This record gives sequence, C-alpha cells and structure tokens, in this order.
Amino acid sequence: MNLSSSSKSPGSIGNAHEAAHRDPAVVIFGFWVFMMSDLIFFGVVFAIYITMVGATAGGPGPKELFDFGSLFAQTMLLLTSSLTVGIATVTMRHERSRASFLFWVVITLLLGIGFLTLELYDFSEMASKGGVPSRSGYLSAFFGLVPLHGLHVTFGCLWMLVLIAQVFTMGMGQVVKLRFLRLALFWHFLDLIWIGIFSIVYFGGWVYG
Amino acid sequence: MSATEHGWLGKLSWESLVFSNFLESPSINEAVASAAGSLVILASIAILGLLTWYRLWGPLWRDWLTSTDHKKIGIMYIVFAIVMLVRGLLEGMVMRAQQAAAPDGFLHADHFAQLFSTHGTIMVFFVAVPFLVGLINFAMPLQIGARDVAFPVLNQISLAVTVSSGILLMVSLVVGQFSTGGWSAYPPYTGGDFSPGVGPDYWIWAIVFSGAGTTLTGINFTVTVYKCRGPGMHLFRMPLFCWTVLCASILMIFAMPPLSVAALMLGLDRYLDFHFFTNDLGGNMMNYANLFWLFGHPEVYLLVLPAYGIFSEVFSTYSAKTLYGYKSLVIATMCIAILSFTVWLHHFFTMGQSPTINIAFGIATMLIAVPTGVKVYDWMATMYRGRIRFTTPMVYAIGFLILFVIGGLSGVILANPTVDFQVHNTLFLVAHFHNVLIPGVLFGILAGYNYWFPKAFGFRLNDKLGRLSAYLWFAGFMLTFFPLYVAGLLGMPRRSFTYADLTFKPYMIVAFIGAMVVLAALITLVVQFLVSIRDRHKTRVPVGDPWDGRSLEWASPAPVPAYNFVELPTVTDRDEFSEAKEHGRAYQRPKNYRDIELPKNNPLGFILCVTSGILMFALVWYIWWLALISALAILIAVIASTFRKETEYIIPASQLEKDTEAWLALVEKSEAVSRDLEDSPRNVGYSKLEL
Repeated sequence: MNLSSSSKSPGSIGNAHEAAHRDPAVVIFGFWVFMMSDLIFFGVVFAIYITMVGATAGGPGPKELFDFGSLFAQTMLLLTSSLTVGIATVTMRHERSRASFLFWVVITLLLGIGFLTLELYDFSEMASKGGVPSRSGYLSAFFGLVPLHGLHVTFGCLWMLVLIAQVFTMGMGQVVKLRFLRLALFWHFLDLIWIGIFSIVYFGGWVYG
Repeated sequence: MSATEHGWLGKLSWESLVFSNFLESPSINEAVASAAGSLVILASIAILGLLTWYRLWGPLWRDWLTSTDHKKIGIMYIVFAIVMLVRGLLEGMVMRAQQAAAPDGFLHADHFAQLFSTHGTIMVFFVAVPFLVGLINFAMPLQIGARDVAFPVLNQISLAVTVSSGILLMVSLVVGQFSTGGWSAYPPYTGGDFSPGVGPDYWIWAIVFSGAGTTLTGINFTVTVYKCRGPGMHLFRMPLFCWTVLCASILMIFAMPPLSVAALMLGLDRYLDFHFFTNDLGGNMMNYANLFWLFGHPEVYLLVLPAYGIFSEVFSTYSAKTLYGYKSLVIATMCIAILSFTVWLHHFFTMGQSPTINIAFGIATMLIAVPTGVKVYDWMATMYRGRIRFTTPMVYAIGFLILFVIGGLSGVILANPTVDFQVHNTLFLVAHFHNVLIPGVLFGILAGYNYWFPKAFGFRLNDKLGRLSAYLWFAGFMLTFFPLYVAGLLGMPRRSFTYADLTFKPYMIVAFIGAMVVLAALITLVVQFLVSIRDRHKTRVPVGDPWDGRSLEWASPAPVPAYNFVELPTVTDRDEFSEAKEHGRAYQRPKNYRDIELPKNNPLGFILCVTSGILMFALVWYIWWLALISALAILIAVIASTFRKETEYIIPASQLEKDTEAWLALVEKSEAVSRDLEDSPRNVGYSKLEL
C-alpha cells in the first residue's frame, strides 16, 4: 500500500472517483482528531484525579494499596506490546507473509490480555485491603481514571480480534490495512496514557502518598 | 449497588406512568403533566398512523432512515430539532403562565422544576445543536465543493444517538419524572442522596449519548473541512460559514469531553456509590461546576459561531456585495473560539475563590466583546452601500444585529465580578442568556432555514409570512425578556415557581404576554410552512439559484442531486459562484462525464438509534438484563457492519449526462430574473447578472 500517492494536499485536485471515506489520508487524519478528543477526555479525568489526591477521608491511600511489583510487570507488558504492534506494522508495510503479520498481532493481543489480567488482579487486591471506590473521593477518582484506560485496552483487544477475523474473511486489502494502522496508533496512544498514569498516579502516589 | 432491590422490570411500575398520578389525585398540576404525556403518545400514534395510511414506510426506510447522504441527514436533524423546539417553547409558555399567575400558580414546585430543567436541556442540546448541525450538514459540503462529509456512516450514527436521546426525553414525559436540577444538573442536589428518583438518570444518559454524537459530528466536520475541499478551494477561499463551522467543530472536539466526564462521574456517584461530587467522604461538588462550565462556555460559542456564519452569508447575499473584512472575520472567529476556553469561571464568580482569579476571568470575558465587535462592524460595512433586499433572512439578520448587541452588552455588565455578585442567580441572568441565544442562535437558525430551504426542497418559503414570523419573534422576544432584566435587578431569583413580593407581578404579566406573542410567531412559522407547500408550484426554483447566491451551494440544481456536483468545480476565487456567473463560467457542460461512486444506504444508524434508546431506558429504570442485551446488540451491530464489503454504489455517467442535459436545457429556456422579482413566481432560480 502506498500512502503518499493517494494522499492529497489541501486544495489540490483530488481523484473525482475516490469517495473521501476511503482515502487513507482522510481516514488516518480523522483518527488523529478522534485521539485528540479522547486525550482531552483523559486529561480532564487526570485533572479531577489530581484535585482529589488528598481526599482519602481517612481511608487507605496509595502507600497502602499499590503493589509496585505488579505495576512494573504491567508496564513492561504494555511497553513490549507497543513494540510488537510496531513490528506488525512494519511486516504489513513490507508486505511480508500474512502468517508473520498475524503472529505479531497475536503476540500483541496476548500481551494486552496479560496486562488486563494483572490489572484486574491488582484491583481485587486493593478491594481486599478496603480500597473500593465507595470508600473515598480519592478512590473514586482512582477508579474513574485507571479502569478508563483498562476499558480502552479491552476495546483495543476486541478490535484486534475482529481484525484477525477480517484478515481471513476480507483478506489483507486496503480496508483491513487501514484499520490496522489506526489500531496501531490507538495502541501507542494507550501506551502514552499509561505512562501518564504510571507517573502521576503510581509514581506520584509513591512519592507523596 | 441497589440492583438487587428491584424486580425484573427494575424501578418500573404502574405508578411510574404519568397518568396514574392524575387518576389518584386529580389537580391542575397533574392535568398539565398528563396532557403533556398524552400529547406525546397521541402525536406518536398519529405519525405512525399517517405513515401507514399513505404507505410511506418503504420510502421512509429507503430514502431517509438508511440514507448516508449528508443533505438528507441534515434535513432529518432539522426535523428532529423543530419537534423539540415546539416542546421546549410550550414549556416556556407554561412557566411564564405560572409566574404570571403567581402567587396563585397552578403548578407544584417539583413540576415547575422539571419544566425549567427540560426546557434548558432541550433548547441547548436538542434544538440549537441539532438544528445547527443539520444546517451545517446540508450546506457545508456543498459550499466547499465536496461530494459528502468525510465519514457518511459516522454522520448517520451521530444523528441516531442524538435522536434516541431526544426520544428518551419525550419518554420522560410519560414514564416517571425528569430531573428537577436544572439543565446544568449541579450535584450534590442531583446526587443519589437528594434526588433518589430516576430524574437525574434521564438527564445523564440523554447528555452522555447526545454528547457522544456531537463529538463525533465535530470530528466529522473538522476532517471534512480540512481534507475534503474541492479542487482550488483554499482555506481562505471558503465561505465564512465554513470557517465558523471549522471553529465550532474544533469546539465540539475539545469541549464535549468535559461534559461527558462530568455526566458520567455523576452517573458513577448515583449508580455505583462513587464519591466524586458527594458531600461526604471527600467528594468535591465544585469539580462538577468546573467540568460543566469548562464545556458550558465553549458550548455557547459552539452554538453562536455557526449562526454568525449564517448571518455572514445572509448579509453578503442580500446586500449583493462581497463580505466586508473577510480576513478579519476569520481571525475574529478564531479568537472567539480560543477565548471561549478561558472564561468558564464567570459562571460561578460566587464560588469563593480569590478576587484575583475572578478579575482574571472577568477581563478574559470582557475581551470576547472585542472580536465580536469586529464582526458587528464588518457586517454593517457589508450592508453599507449594498443593494439590500428585506427578505426574511435579512430581516432576521438585522434584528440579530440590534438585539444581539444589547444581549452582548448585558454580558459585559455581568463579566464584572462585583456586579455579578449582585445579580447572580436572578432573572437578570436569565434575561441575558436568552438575549444572546434567541437573537444570536435562534434567529440565525431561522434565517438559515429560510435561506437554504429552496436549495433543499426546490421551492421557496412564503416570504411575507416569513417576515411576519420574524417580526413576531422580535416583539415576543423583547416583551418576554426585557422585563426580566428589571425583575432581576429588583432581586427576583431565577427558577422560582412562586413569589410573595407583588412588585414582580407586573413584569411577569408583561413577560407572559410576550410569551403569547412568541407562540404566535411559532404558529406563523408553521402556517408559513403549510402555505409554502400549498403554493409550491408557483415558487419552484429548479435552476437552483433563487437569491443570486455567491457560494458553490447555489451552483447546482434545486433540490440538489445525491452526488452534489457532476464535476467537482475548480475554485479560483472567494465568492466562487459569483465569479463564475460574472465570467460566464456558470452553467457549463462538463468536459466529460465520469461515473461517480457514492456510499450505499446503511441500516446501522437506525439500528443504533433503537438499541441505544432501549439501552438508555433500561439504565434509567435499572432493568439490568435489558441494558445488557441492548449493549451487546450495539456492539454486535457495529462489529457486523465492519464486515460489509460492498459499501459503495456507482452512478453511471449516462445517468449524469441525462440529468445534466435536462438541467442545462431548463437553464436555457428559463428567464433570468432581476432582484426586484425575487419574490415573484417568475423566479425559477435563474438570477440575472446585475453588475
């Protein structure tokens, strides 16, 4: 697939045949704009979290609740998955075999599921120590922010499953390729959000908690 | 979680129906509520009956509900908005009647509170937004020379969730009670402790779903303006309307998320016992106020900027002059869009923060008056020495110019924190924001409706009745809201269902008379519509350019064919169509006809409308099994639609040739009419060149 030849600069003469919603430049740009909006969504939730850091209302705080060993593992899983999704993108761009592409997508999917499993385990551990959202404003903010990222990862995993099915039913055509490119962008985006969560929620909690 | 307390129908029971209260304890209050509920049911039955009688289900499904055509989606948005407008206006009338009748009113406090909550929610989210989105959908792709918006199916989905949220609001008239917490739904009052009923849940889900629709619309429009402009259409050659659309879309992308976050967090507080905004356990309700207005203020400009765009088109077209100060208008629009994010705190100057903060936000607020002033002068300069025709849109535009400036000035007064402390939460504020929203947004919408109607349907609206309606709107608006300024200065609190101090009474009576005039304006609008349909054979404009239009949307036949342009026009200048007419480039035969590919119909939007409606209803009434099923249905429908392979259909070149030749033949034999004959049957949409 050649992205540059079909992308048109603003004002240039486009292909009258091509419907806009299939033009790679339009589709990818649209996804960037969506991520911009999603970033604001996360940003606002981050802001609420920061204002509520002290609002533990006598309940457990970061120091009592966080398991840094598990968090380190989660971070590694997610960062590695960003690498593997990158490799999958390169395989696709260089038109390598469908098997090698799918291999890297499946690895990414497994890493994502691993991350989610550990995260859920962490939440249940927190709950057993009394760290539930109904306990305090702080914990509400925590459970408003971190699972929001987890939901995004879940959605990404679901997307990957659908895409794997589509590789088989629709083939590696432009439609599927474009969808994968957007998924890869989304996946990297979630990595960035996780870095924000790690720095502000977990590392911040470790420092100030 | 309180899920276990309820049966398989959740909180729903016989007592939830509005009529049960009336049967148990008949009173005028309950009669009004029951009448409203019956009206919803009867109107729905009537519509379903008429559709069946005239055998319109097939065409409705094929031509509208599954359509991905931006023009049809735009029209559906507008129809929806008009239905909601009628409800919102009637609610306003009932409230004015109550306050005029007070202290011996006929409504209970709770019912009055529901009225002002739904009135505000509906007018902002289900009238102003969808009406503007509809007009933008219709006109913007035509103006930039595009075949469609960037993502036609996404467009359909946005419409679907907006409409299902609106239907949810209609359902709240019949089943259960709506929120009593105002359109801004401030916690802790709307939290579970103080509002245990379903009211705030109705509000939350309607806001979350329609908000998602608006965000997606913003993305769609932004990408369309950036990436789908026709050949030669540089950004600075776009009609000003498109610039305001771009700015408003950017506001949608950035300003809707805080609202969604606020509503969802309120939902978590209510459903899952979170403590974001509660009084106890570290909740902070001021976070809600900040989030809400972080959305709420940009929202105001999200509404008014496209209206500015419509007025710009109207001033320029009906003055037969190019827009004065185009670049300054673009820059002013951008400035307003950016400044709109820096003023949200002026909605709660009385929160208790330091004077320094209040001053900063007060100054930022006053600064917005500067670019707005630039615009007002540009519009006046556009009219200066122009050949002005007082058509309906132009009458609205001139009314806007005068009345909006008054509203803007009262805004500058309110921007001063010391003044705001005095009039905070009084009717002065109510008068102010109606004074900007009615002349600013509503007049803009109605001007746009009259302006683009012939383009959409192929015949003109009756201009005489249109002007009459406009003048009635002016009179009604002034009579209703100017007394509220005085009552507010006298200290009458907003949202009061009664009062003991009879000083307020005369103002309330005048306001009620004003409300009746507004009702007359609305009725005139309906009559204008019906009369125009009756007379449609005398007002047809098939050639497509009834107003001597200046931008590309007028370059195609009316109604516009599905493909918009046979050959995408190559733009060489601003006011492209005027240029083309002047230099004889208009109405030309394309060099060659080529097949056009368009998106096929898609049932996804309709499916999502139904399933999301059921999902919201189930969530409101704690019917968990139904919520789960409908959520799964949404997921499956979306995933299934991504497996569709054939998503386009081809309009063959032969068809295009046939259409175009017929149209060109029509142009050939039509008489070009001068502007003096604009309102006569001789105007078939072929404008005479008058230099």
